[in-house]
Amino acid sequence: MSSTILAIELAYWQQTGLRALLGIVAVLLPAGTLVYLFLFKMMSFMQSRLGPMEAGPYGSLQLLAEVGKFLQKEDLIPAAADRVVFKLAPFVVLISTFLLVLVIPAGPDLWFIDIDTGIFLALAVSSISVIGILMAGWASANKYSLIGGLRAAGQLVAYELPLVLAVMGVVIQAGTLNVQGIVMAQASGEIFGWGGIGNPFILTQFVGFAIFLVAVQAELTQPPFDMPVAESELVTGYLTEYSGLRFLMFFIGEFATAGIFSALAATMFLGGWYVPGLDPTDNLFNVIGPLVLIGKMVLVAFLIFWFRFTYPRFREDQLQQLAWKFLIPLSLVNIVATGVLKVVF
Amino acid sequence: MSDYLRNWLTLVVFGGVAVLLVGTFLGLGSLLRPSRQTTQKMVAYESGVDPQGDMWSQSNIRYYVFALMFVLFDVEAVFIFPWATRLEVYDVFGLVEMAIFIFILALGLFYAWRKGLLRWI
Repeated sequence: MSSTILAIELAYWQQTGLRALLGIVAVLLPAGTLVYLFLFKMMSFMQSRLGPMEAGPYGSLQLLAEVGKFLQKEDLIPAAADRVVFKLAPFVVLISTFLLVLVIPAGPDLWFIDIDTGIFLALAVSSISVIGILMAGWASANKYSLIGGLRAAGQLVAYELPLVLAVMGVVIQAGTLNVQGIVMAQASGEIFGWGGIGNPFILTQFVGFAIFLVAVQAELTQPPFDMPVAESELVTGYLTEYSGLRFLMFFIGEFATAGIFSALAATMFLGGWYVPGLDPTDNLFNVIGPLVLIGKMVLVAFLIFWFRFTYPRFREDQLQQLAWKFLIPLSLVNIVATGVLKVVF
Repeated sequence: MSDYLRNWLTLVVFGGVAVLLVGTFLGLGSLLRPSRQTTQKMVAYESGVDPQGDMWSQSNIRYYVFALMFVLFDVEAVFIFPWATRLEVYDVFGLVEMAIFIFILALGLFYAWRKGLLRWI
């Protein structure tokens, strides 16, 4: 947010307080939306059932009921566990989520942080959650947890690279790491001289978009990449010993990160808060920008969850091979091809 | 304070907000939830069977080679980012330079592949 927003002047501490409040909304709202819309409803419809219907109209208050349920659960910490690390792990995972939401702009003047290394920061803080997961797996003093944590680390390390390299194509096209700059580059871009819809990078970076989505899926440890929490092999992997609210924290972290990564993909490949036909510096975008961004976020999240409910789980070696033998070489080729095309045109 | 530093202060604030939120949730929970703990509940869950042996048992970390390669490629990414932002300025010269750089790294990946290091044994 710049110092004036919709002609209202704000002091720095007011801005920061507002940002912190909006940050909580920006983390919890997508998480709730995705859980209800996709995990409860879409998954049910895909499996020919109705899903939750009792709590509120069409089960829309089910989320509150779930939180109420988790609030009443007894807090169990295994006697053999490393208590300090066990308690710290959910904090680390949620810190990673909160720092990730920082970089996403929702309008020309609506941003949490406006730095020249925006995308780089997002990629850096997104990998903090690995530490939290490893901590959870190690501190639980449970063999399932330990194996789950190690699997998660191996998986996140392997898919961090395609994630980073897929973004590179966008950076080359936009010529900046600043997220706001990337949105502006798409808004003012032209397709062979025709600027009617700007230039959403999904058109030119479709390979990058596909690699990014696959890597995000793996980073979230969602099916088909859910070996770390594979319920038929490891109970729930690193979450086995977590119950009640501590489990809920990991759960919120996972789905909030899913929402934020979707928003990040929407920002980099679908034009973010911009809709074609309007001037990107128009003050109107400070009002409709967040709504546009949420719309695009839900669209990308739909793709992610569609994969989640459709494909069976990979085997551990297949997962590593997909990353190292297919995605990484492909994204390297994508970088070189984008560079060549950028210089030629 | 400059705008630049204020941006980073926001980052610190958000870290604090995360800690505060989780702390509030867990604190609130401790007021509401029951606590009837028995020694049986504190045993690690191993599918209903009493746990056997040391919990922190040694397990085979199969991917230390992957971890090494990850460091290699992550450093590569750090080098590519600044190049990517300035490609328009460097033009053909920068393109050829980076093509050589990526080619050498791809050669390393290919070598590891041929050596069978990318197989998950």
